[in-house]
Amino acid sequence: MDLRFGDSKPTDEERAAVDALLGPPESSWEGADRSDADLRWARGGRAARERRDLLLPGLHAVNDRVGWISEGALDYLCRRLTVPPAEAYGVATFYSMFSVKPRPATVLHVCTDLACAGAGAAELCTGAEARLGLGSGVSVERSPCLGLCERAPAALVVRAGAPTEPSLAPSAPTRPVDLGAAPPLPLHRPGRPRPQTPDGLKAATAVVAPATVDTVVLAATAPETAPAEPSAAAAVPQAGHEGLVLLSRVGVVDPASLDDYRAHGGYTALRRAFDLGPAGVIREVTDAGLVGRGGAAFPTGRKWQATASQPDHPHYLVCNADESEPGTFKDRVVMEGDPYALVEAMTIAGYAVGARKGYLYLRGEYPRALARLTHAIGQARARGLLGDDVLGQGYAFDIEVRRGAGAYICGEETALFNSIEGYRGEPRSKPPFPVEKGLFGKPTAENNVETLVNVLPILTRGAEAYAAIGTEKSTGPKLFCVSGSVERPGVYELPFGATLGELLTLAGVRKRLRAVLLGGAAGGFVRPDELDIPLTFEGTREAGTTLGSGVVMAFDDTVPLPRLLLRIAEFFRDESCGQCVPCRVGTVRQEEALHRIAERTGAAAAGDIALLREVGRAMRDASICGLGQTAWNAVESAIDRLGAYE
Amino acid sequence: MTVTPLGIPRRLLEFTLDGEPVRAPEGSTILDACRSAGKDVPTLCQGDTLTPKNACRVCVVEVEGARTLVPACSRKAEAGMEVRTDSERARHSRKVVLELLASSVDLSATPQVAEWIKEYEAKPDRFGPDAARVDEEPRVDNDLYVRDYDKCILCYKCVDACGDQWQNTFAISVSGRGFDARIAVEHDAPLTDSACVYCGNCIEVCPTGALSFKSEFDMRAAGTWDESAQTETTTVCAYCGVGCNLTLHVQDNEIVKVTSPHDNPVTHGNLCIKGRFGYQHVQNRG
Repeated sequence: MDLRFGDSKPTDEERAAVDALLGPPESSWEGADRSDADLRWARGGRAARERRDLLLPGLHAVNDRVGWISEGALDYLCRRLTVPPAEAYGVATFYSMFSVKPRPATVLHVCTDLACAGAGAAELCTGAEARLGLGSGVSVERSPCLGLCERAPAALVVRAGAPTEPSLAPSAPTRPVDLGAAPPLPLHRPGRPRPQTPDGLKAATAVVAPATVDTVVLAATAPETAPAEPSAAAAVPQAGHEGLVLLSRVGVVDPASLDDYRAHGGYTALRRAFDLGPAGVIREVTDAGLVGRGGAAFPTGRKWQATASQPDHPHYLVCNADESEPGTFKDRVVMEGDPYALVEAMTIAGYAVGARKGYLYLRGEYPRALARLTHAIGQARARGLLGDDVLGQGYAFDIEVRRGAGAYICGEETALFNSIEGYRGEPRSKPPFPVEKGLFGKPTAENNVETLVNVLPILTRGAEAYAAIGTEKSTGPKLFCVSGSVERPGVYELPFGATLGELLTLAGVRKRLRAVLLGGAAGGFVRPDELDIPLTFEGTREAGTTLGSGVVMAFDDTVPLPRLLLRIAEFFRDESCGQCVPCRVGTVRQEEALHRIAERTGAAAAGDIALLREVGRAMRDASICGLGQTAWNAVESAIDRLGAYE
Repeated sequence: MTVTPLGIPRRLLEFTLDGEPVRAPEGSTILDACRSAGKDVPTLCQGDTLTPKNACRVCVVEVEGARTLVPACSRKAEAGMEVRTDSERARHSRKVVLELLASSVDLSATPQVAEWIKEYEAKPDRFGPDAARVDEEPRVDNDLYVRDYDKCILCYKCVDACGDQWQNTFAISVSGRGFDARIAVEHDAPLTDSACVYCGNCIEVCPTGALSFKSEFDMRAAGTWDESAQTETTTVCAYCGVGCNLTLHVQDNEIVKVTSPHDNPVTHGNLCIKGRFGYQHVQNRG
């Protein structure tokens, strides 16, 4: 590798941010002062290159500290990890939360996506921009869906600065270990210095939703004093109801307390898993009929069996918590309200597929979920529920949290692997499939948060009892994210088979319903006279639509449909990774056509609609991954089912 | 064609290509099988010496049972597969992909593409005069070669050639995302401030002329570039003892560029800065 680093040097702050993650450099080859030994030995090479996957955490470290990534900081990070600067530059410019140009330390991300657009995001943006002008030290950026649709309009404040200790809930357990202690594993390297920024500003994040111009301005200028978010249970209108399976603990347990989790049935599923053995767990999950809840509906048992039986080692487990589908926020609510459930479910999945390491890839826009899960993993590790000897059963498993940095495409399973590995989040061609060659080229089972959490009731109740919930082909409970024109937006849990109308009645649908978007931006619209569609995989398929990730977004007749469709097209144009031609150029051509017909109908729009169809068909057929293949779905369904431009 | 070294004999797979039974050695791609069967499938990002990135999607074919079309250049043939290379569905995607490409970048220097546009009846103009284009000025920041982004289709071949597949220099990568994605060196700097070692192997693989010799770029600008008047002579590089083959492209008794035969089993078309660009002494007649 012809590594060439430029002359730009990192500032002390940037160097400290990188060193806090990677430890101090060992030799001048890695950026330390030169010593006599360095003249005799070259260090770095393979050992450093094997840490390539720390590139994304390294970029986060600099961005969190300084707010943007300078040439000097990027070069220093590359030197530390033996990564070619051109590649690291390609990675840094891929993610929307990073900047390679100077910008203020505070960034205010205002969500302008579907639910928020309907709730006044445009006015919020212009109002915030007017108040936070030059010199305010805040950059206002329009953001895709922040996953806070139940509290639209939403905004996220990210202020760079010296790291603070993660703030823990007051009830963090301190009593002695009762499950056999395991030494806490350092995530990366020990000995993290915590230097202060010169101006003393500390890093802080704040989530403001529902937001007004006043509250976002206040939060952007002083994020640490912003009012606390409502509890996760506030997003669950059914919280505390009898009969909930997946949401039974949200709002009931203290999300910071492992003891409370155990008092509410936590870790009984893992004990049962150890009784059954890995093959038994897979059998149980297969018999339960669990299929993936991330949108693709692939049988989980089959995926686990295929991973477990691969001769190549190690095996990996990846939890896809990169919930970026516009309109989707269920995984956030589960992770914030019941974080230990995900930790336990990942441990069981890892055990079943024979993985010793699980990666939890969490989208960068979820600060509270990050804090809660990091805390939960630390507690589980300290109590021997993760680590070298889980529950004294001789099974070693640990979880590492990886933060995304603003890229919808990283929810695609193979793009997610590239992102973790420190490459651009571009999807890979399949085959080979992840069960054969996944993360780091090894057999990998990747599951969505909701899918994994379903494993707990399967094991505690048994496959048969679980399969009795729902319908014959779609078994179990399902989470739905209801937002838009409803009285009680939030996450709802229903057994598969309930109808769309029943769900909307539960959420208090408003009068004059015009359309319902099922499955998010990659899903499709249905009409108000189609509310008897059963919410199952087979039922929605028969109705010519999709359940997708469980989005149900209601729009009344005040919502301007062409503008909504344009927003969907803008979303896909922004989020296309750019790797393949049909998606890179097709999303742009579709957006252009929708702009042209935004105010037109009938014959005036017919030519462009025909063009949209032709481009859409090629995108569906020839794109590399699901993003390009589904980018045209919602618009097509709006034209065909709603008569959007008639 | 790369010279295939003799190895262990490979098993033959049987599958159907446009209704005809064909046999192809295990491990070969659908494209290999098509070419052995004398069928022409258009390709842009596929190269004879690189692992294709299958990003351009002009080679898509229909495989029975597959939800989407598959890229012939990288999908391995499987026994029992039913492949249709010329179905309406495959032709439609190729046509639209060619339209999308030709409407966004300048394909005037891309061999064969004009024929394909005609064959598939692609009409790049139908996206209207306001269709977004890459539309950037060529970057001329050194005396050896020119980066013309207006012609770049992001096939990733130069990235792969500069990186782990050939040169191991890793001076270029893709930066940005979506329509704004560009091939770039670190910090989007001039080439002279980058890790580039000027081997020119990226030019060797560029399918569209987005990367070209400065000599060719200048002659094209002046209207004096005339491939029909050029002769090609393959010789051995005299600089060191490796013995790389050089193909000298000569027009009006002047070397105008240097390439290298891809079927050379040692270099596969690779050269270094001296072999690729160090030909001025030959022409120094003073």
